[in-house]
Amino acid sequence: MSRWLPCALLMLAIGCDDCGEDEPEPVADPLPGTAGLRSVADFADIADEEARSVALFEEMGKVLTHPRCVNCHPIGERPLQRAGEPHQPHVVRGEDGHGAPGLPCASCHGESHFRTVPGNPEWHLAPAEMAWEGKSLAAICGQIQDPERNGGKDMEALLEHMESDALVAYGWDPPEHLEPAPGSQALFGQLARQWAATGAHCPPEPTGDVEGPAEASEDEVSPEAGEASAPTEKAE
Amino acid sequence: MSITLTINGEEHEVEAAPDTPLLWVLRDHLGLTGTKYGCGVAQCGACTVHVDGVPRRACVAPVGSVAGKAVVTIEGVSGPEADAVREAWTELAVPQCGYCQSGQIMSAVALLKSRPSPSDDDIDRGMAGNICRCATYVRIRRAIKQAAGEGER
Repeated sequence: MSRWLPCALLMLAIGCDDCGEDEPEPVADPLPGTAGLRSVADFADIADEEARSVALFEEMGKVLTHPRCVNCHPIGERPLQRAGEPHQPHVVRGEDGHGAPGLPCASCHGESHFRTVPGNPEWHLAPAEMAWEGKSLAAICGQIQDPERNGGKDMEALLEHMESDALVAYGWDPPEHLEPAPGSQALFGQLARQWAATGAHCPPEPTGDVEGPAEASEDEVSPEAGEASAPTEKAE
Repeated sequence: MSITLTINGEEHEVEAAPDTPLLWVLRDHLGLTGTKYGCGVAQCGACTVHVDGVPRRACVAPVGSVAGKAVVTIEGVSGPEADAVREAWTELAVPQCGYCQSGQIMSAVALLKSRPSPSDDDIDRGMAGNICRCATYVRIRRAIKQAAGEGER
């Protein structure tokens, strides 16, 4: 209580138009761009705030649509791996995102990487309502702000998830043979905060022949050329 | 370095680097060769053991990660599910060449512990990580159902 008392007294003294609301603060000390992800500062010259917000989200999209993120937000019940190939063996999300009875994720994924097998103490799949494999950035943008489809998170919880969640952090620290997500988690977190501070606007839905939300099953996902192929036998 | 392991209820002191696969330690250090080496990359399930009751591919489990935990191998698996699986496997003569069967059995026991009456889908999903080159899958399914008390006798 003592932490908040001076703040509350200050609010009473100076007045406050938005009392009770937690408006995200703009990023004060932008990190430099790195590893394919631009800095918040690179968007400062976009005068229109909504356009700036959209541009920031599109930059975040480089991370959100990267295989290190999408592979565990699959549209079906089976995760993806490497560049977006169906996971081998044929594991499934299960009731709690930790795999099926008899074949939990932890059967293979330990608390840290082991050779080519990624590891993390929190290793699991995102729930089905958080799936965004194949969806447009516009759709993802709306989805991640919807508490019905983001695990009940308000904006602050969403921002904290993106900037500090231990399993999200895996995206930038995979085993050596896997490409990390662009930039760093800290930089991604700053882009997200600045996007929120500028109104959390979403890109428009793509039109015309541009690829729309995918309803395809995981069996229709094509492996990328040049990726090492995994064994295709299944125990079924 | 010296690592203390609890395997099938017994403590063992082994000299191994912590990143040595558990499978190597089981087979080469302790002589527990019932757990098989199949692919070495967690793609076939032949090396399945239980760690604190959870199925684990021993070929990708660094031995240092299981220190202080209860490791159970095919040599020591026990309990009502294991007894039922052993009986069903024998009665239906499930194995053909047999190489994958210790892994199949360890996964089947783990499945039955969390799904005492597994559906066909439960069996498909729980056993999907265990490959059998003799394709004994039909007998494996029947044996799991029989072990669950639901099979034809």
